[in-house]
Amino acid sequence: MFKVLFLLFIGIGVGYLLRRMPLLQKVEKTTSATIFFMLFVFGLTIGSNDELVAGLGRFGYQAFILATAGICGSLFASYLAYRFIFKKGGKDER
Amino acid sequence: MKGSIVVLGLFLLGILLGINHFVPNEWLGGNLTMGILYVLIFQVGIGIGSNKDLKEMLKGLKPKMLLLPLSTIAGTLLFSLLASFLIVQWKVTDCLAVSSGFAYYSLSSVLITELKQASVGVQVATELGTLALLANIVREMISLLGAPLFSRFFGKLAPISVAGINSMDVMLPMISRYSGKNMIPIAILHGIILEMSVPFLVSLFCNW
Repeated sequence: MFKVLFLLFIGIGVGYLLRRMPLLQKVEKTTSATIFFMLFVFGLTIGSNDELVAGLGRFGYQAFILATAGICGSLFASYLAYRFIFKKGGKDER
Repeated sequence: MKGSIVVLGLFLLGILLGINHFVPNEWLGGNLTMGILYVLIFQVGIGIGSNKDLKEMLKGLKPKMLLLPLSTIAGTLLFSLLASFLIVQWKVTDCLAVSSGFAYYSLSSVLITELKQASVGVQVATELGTLALLANIVREMISLLGAPLFSRFFGKLAPISVAGINSMDVMLPMISRYSGKNMIPIAILHGIILEMSVPFLVSLFCNW
């Protein structure tokens, strides 16, 4: 976690110092490309793991139920939190 | 939405190629994935730093926002508790331990496998660890693919909450796009707090 946060803040510092460079405006595109590549490699890693692929057959439906439950609970709770945190309306609401 | 479809397509292509061992396993050690994650995070940082609204962004951070990670934890655990009745193979606390990964599949699966060994043996502990790995991978994929929908129907905080731990790294670009750049500080805060909660909650439910 600390490595990730450290890199994030180094990146923020570099981005802030070089913010007038036109090249930096392209960073959104390279970020998308990196995400695409990361998910491809992620898929490769999962698919190459024979035990995990076997587990998918046995535990896939349980994994799906638990993931969906967690997501639904988070959606519900974050909706309530959103109402509470931004309830005054006005400028935060944008 | 187009981005989500590309992500899903590449992910599935990766799985298919992986199943057929298209790429030697040695190439795919933990270092490659971590390396790509670091490159991603660095770029996300540059994007935030070079943003013209950086100061505005930080001003938007309020103590009330600490409520979001707590909501994510409460919502996830409450719904997982209900879902655990559909899964007869495992105890309620086992299901809660799996869900306490909050999409942090690497740590939660290893922790569960280690912590459950003493009480249920290596075989069963490894099975629960595999379930944790799968469930948290599925959560990560759905949070990546569904971000635009979640933001539209459940508010700007929804993609952050669903992302769990990943709201501070993998999901930051999506959150920035679909929830707005001013949600980045709360997303990072949310990820940090959830990350600290994982070892605590997983060991709590494993030893219950």
